[in-house]
Amino acid sequence: MDHLDQLEAQSIYIFREAFARLKKIALLWSLGKDSNVMIWLARKAFFGRMPFPALHVDTGKKFAEMYRFRDHYGKEWDLDLRVEPCPPIDAVDPTLPPAARSAARKTEGLKMALAKYGFDGLIAGIRRDEEATRAKERVFSPRGLEGNWDVRDQPPEFWDHFNASPPQGAHLRIHPILHWTEADIWAYTKRENIPIIPLYLSQNGKRYRSLGDQDITNPVNSTASSIDEILIELEQTKVPERAGRALDHETEDAFERLRVAGYL
Amino acid sequence: MNMIVTPASPATPNGTTRPQVRIVIVGHVDHGKSTLVGRLLHETGSLPDGKLEMLKAVSARRGMPFEWSFLLDALQTERDQGITIDTTQIRFRTNSRDIVLIDAPGHAEFLRNMITGASQADGAVLIIDALEGVRDQTRRHGYLLHLLGVKQVAVVVNKMDRVDFSSERFKDISDEISAHLNGLGVKPTAVIPISARDGDGVAERTDRIGWYKGPTVVEALDRLEPARPLEALALRLPVQAIYKFDDRRIVAGRIESGSLVAGDEIVIMPAGKIAKIKTVESWPVTPVAGRQGAGRSVGITLDRELFIERGDIIAHAGTAPRETRRLRARIFWLHDKPLAKGDQLLVRCGPKESRATVVAIEKAVDPGELSSSENKAIGRNHVGEIDISLSNPIATDPYTENPRTGRLVIEVSGRIAGGGLVLSVDAGQRAVPVDIVPVESALRPDERSARYQHNGAVVWLTGLPASGKSTLARALERRLFTNGGSPILLDGDTLRAGLNSDLGFSATDRSENIRRLAEVATHLARNGHIAIVAAVSPAREDRATARRIADTAFREIHVATPAGICEERDPKGHYKKARAGTLASFTGIGNDYEAPQAAELVIDTSKRTVAEAADEIEQMLKTTGVLFDELVDLAANI
Repeated sequence: MDHLDQLEAQSIYIFREAFARLKKIALLWSLGKDSNVMIWLARKAFFGRMPFPALHVDTGKKFAEMYRFRDHYGKEWDLDLRVEPCPPIDAVDPTLPPAARSAARKTEGLKMALAKYGFDGLIAGIRRDEEATRAKERVFSPRGLEGNWDVRDQPPEFWDHFNASPPQGAHLRIHPILHWTEADIWAYTKRENIPIIPLYLSQNGKRYRSLGDQDITNPVNSTASSIDEILIELEQTKVPERAGRALDHETEDAFERLRVAGYL
Repeated sequence: MNMIVTPASPATPNGTTRPQVRIVIVGHVDHGKSTLVGRLLHETGSLPDGKLEMLKAVSARRGMPFEWSFLLDALQTERDQGITIDTTQIRFRTNSRDIVLIDAPGHAEFLRNMITGASQADGAVLIIDALEGVRDQTRRHGYLLHLLGVKQVAVVVNKMDRVDFSSERFKDISDEISAHLNGLGVKPTAVIPISARDGDGVAERTDRIGWYKGPTVVEALDRLEPARPLEALALRLPVQAIYKFDDRRIVAGRIESGSLVAGDEIVIMPAGKIAKIKTVESWPVTPVAGRQGAGRSVGITLDRELFIERGDIIAHAGTAPRETRRLRARIFWLHDKPLAKGDQLLVRCGPKESRATVVAIEKAVDPGELSSSENKAIGRNHVGEIDISLSNPIATDPYTENPRTGRLVIEVSGRIAGGGLVLSVDAGQRAVPVDIVPVESALRPDERSARYQHNGAVVWLTGLPASGKSTLARALERRLFTNGGSPILLDGDTLRAGLNSDLGFSATDRSENIRRLAEVATHLARNGHIAIVAAVSPAREDRATARRIADTAFREIHVATPAGICEERDPKGHYKKARAGTLASFTGIGNDYEAPQAAELVIDTSKRTVAEAADEIEQMLKTTGVLFDELVDLAANI
């Protein structure tokens, strides 16, 4: 078994545990490279079909390429796709810096979707290597009634035993690719031939390393126009993956505040 | 604030990988772990561009001198508290290893997280302050590493600059900790004098420690052995789930050890049933040929239909794990409330879960004191050895034989409260004494079914009190009898008046009550009768036991009348008493009823008449091969 096989097997194990131990789960599909890999892994775990909905909490501000991707592959992969809107910006905590406030809309949209469907588990494609607060995450991570994350009182999780009993009304976040790195995602995408949104590839000397809302995501300087070239670039670069995400740079604790409130 | 370090283990385009080693750094809270980690990241070239400069600028802005530990203090909350608060994973590279560092905090309050981290580690770095020397917490960490089976421990004596790089001071500490670790059966791979702040001994043997000839920290990490291969051990495939998404019946799970290939003869434990692997299923290409080894998540189909459930273990005949209802485990306890003899728990061994009782506490140790306290209870962050009695048999291995299947976790109120290693299993708890010789019936099954026009079966009605189980059972009994069959009603309450009069309503007694009901019902079913059991049977696990006993004869019907309606009906007045607090252990008003997930039939009696419900049951019994077609014709003519 090579490194990618090990990552894949671990993710499949997590998917199957979530499906066996929770009553009503959904996968959060952000349309980005990570959640596309997740869907692929889910289909591997369940032998071709994903037996729960793909939930797209739509800010309405994604790139056109992303919507095209969603509509095409939602059908091709036979997903039970649920698109849920986010509330207007006025409904969001006005003390947050502008980009964080914009991202916090997604948290609100997520809460509304949770209330609507009553999911007890949401599968999210976060990774430990992408952001410091995410490194503290559990694979099965309980969220309070308000969707909030209590970073100081996380249950112990070891030996692939997960805490799968959220209190009544609360839910769990499940993180099947928490142990992957950005380079792993690309190497696996290439090996499995998983389709990607072309925005990740260089055009006119720039490409997106991470895709979020159009107004708060910027491309990075890059000449990588294929996955192979991205992998070589990642070997060499020391620029953080989320460098193009405006919300990470507003204040030192903006991201942490968002996550405590229930952001991914 | 972001902290990104270079991914250490990229699957490079050509697919080559380097051995990955997971390590944990433990030590007293003030002995300089975070400083060492910050320095290691710097020395191995793992910091992002500009990170150091940015942190130095932040420090200047806040009017404080730069510290290496700032690199790790990524969370606002941590900066507020001045301690690291949880396990963080950080990756970096040495010459020949990819290191995943699980940064475990030293603060006693967060010890459980250290255990969480250390439990996954191949090696450990134990850090000691040269000025303060070996402290209680240092000893405790050494002991826990030993208990958790972390054999490769490098000791780092930090802050040598504070003792003027004294080789005497170093030798004192080195001797003391080496003696302690050797006493635990752990031989330190190296004891290294360093100054994490200045860099001595981390990646370089500087002049100031010129008297030291051993490896640097980076060199010591480079020599760690990765975990040993599991593929060489006996096959263990714990079943996570059975999937029937299409016409395949796929048994899914991860191979924890050993390997398998289509055509293998396997045994399913604990039931001990034998089958052959027909195919190994996959996606997008299926089936897959070739041997599948430890670590793979697989799906297999078998050459025959057997009742298999989540938690069973698939093994090769001859090297199957032991089935047991009793085991001894060395555990570490993380829960606020101490673990005491007689406590009721949930034990998880892979995907298998069983309720359990602590039969004895053989040892209870405070790892800091290293002395056995009174053997009555195991306190938070303490360790001990306990005997556990399981309400369902499980198949497991001592951890010395299999480090994957030989470990378990303990849950209290749905939250992981401890973990442990299986020291020994007490096989044969269920062995039938040799002087019992069962007498076989004089009649053949087909003689009976020819008369009754049905096969034997156990029809198990489960549901909340007053959901309508007994009413349905009686209606079904009447209908089957009218049609010439041989139904026998086994009512839970009725049997409690006689056969089960010695049992109360504790979890253990309820389990035993269900087991006896299932044994009696199965005996009737084997003799051609249809045993109709009406019992609340709230525990999923108890019903799984009943299904295991009755096996293919089992038909579960969930009488799923809404709780509100059940309480309204309340023919026995139980709900009223329970609400008034005069009836203890009553299932219905709490959340203690665990609804079936895969019952053969679900009936809501608030939406059906008794006759309609009986029709549905009859139809189910017909389609699942209990009732013969002739009987249906007969029924149609009446």
